[in-house]
Amino acid sequence: MKYGVVVFPGSNCDHDAWWAAKYSAKQQVEFIWHKDNVLPDGLDCVILPGGFSYGDYLRCGSIASHSSIMKEVISFANKGGLVIGICNGFQILIEAELLPGALLRNASLHFVCKDVFLKTMNFSTPFTNKITKDKIIRIPIAHGDGNYFATPELIDELESENSIVFKYCNENGDILESANPNGSLNNIAGIINKRGNVLGMMPHPERYSDIVLGCNDGLNVFESMLNND
Amino acid sequence: MFINVNINNVIYIIKNKRTNEMNTYSASVKIMLHNGILDVQGKAVENALHSIEFQQINKVRIGKYVELQVSAESQEDAKKIVEDACEKLIANPIIEDYQIRIEEK
Repeated sequence: MKYGVVVFPGSNCDHDAWWAAKYSAKQQVEFIWHKDNVLPDGLDCVILPGGFSYGDYLRCGSIASHSSIMKEVISFANKGGLVIGICNGFQILIEAELLPGALLRNASLHFVCKDVFLKTMNFSTPFTNKITKDKIIRIPIAHGDGNYFATPELIDELESENSIVFKYCNENGDILESANPNGSLNNIAGIINKRGNVLGMMPHPERYSDIVLGCNDGLNVFESMLNND
Repeated sequence: MFINVNINNVIYIIKNKRTNEMNTYSASVKIMLHNGILDVQGKAVENALHSIEFQQINKVRIGKYVELQVSAESQEDAKKIVEDACEKLIANPIIEDYQIRIEEK
């Protein structure tokens, strides 16, 4: 399996994602520059990493979503290639309209940096099939704009089509307002597109991809993708 | 004196001049969150105002203001260009409303 990690000006989790793919998931991986007009040959998955692309100017992810590599990422996604956007990468996917809805300023107005518990709502995606059923995973978040918003109709649609992949919950898996770190509607932490090949999530699986980091629950996300060859 | 002018050439020149005539317009865009969306920034500023001596101030909402210049043939065209730019990048129509003001420079 070959991963590509896109590097935008202001990306700061690109090396973590590269490391997780290379050493935790033990796969091929290369960096992709945002000004490139082609994706590397034989790519299976594009990772849009976390960070502050273009300094979060205008709206988080808005400027990066118009960079030249994104045209390629969009056509790669439209052909069925796997794309995962983490944190700022999720914001970019939303601005690029590969995923619906919007990410607003955290309800608390604070930048929140801590571990959260996630309940996996859909185990049959290319990103979650290796997660043990009913296991509550622990993954860090670090963002100021992760408050998922959509119209009530869209939220209903996401719920009924199983497009919500992760929800914030407490240690026991209860989806409570007190476990919601940013005000996201329905505690949404990650969603997938209709075709099931584009995932956006605010938590950072690459930061918990090796036990030496204190937890490797995030590795499940990377390893799930290996099952799709 | 008699000047021999080919009328087609004259029309061509006038037309060409018209299409090349670009004016500069200055535009401003006011961007606000849709009314139904809780503006947490506005709310925080409102709370801060209340905590000093401004209890009479309410409904604080915070948006963005963008100034730009557009080259276009007419004010109408300039507005269309800015609208297009707002839909594609300057605003996010899912969460934001925008108002455009245009004047010739």
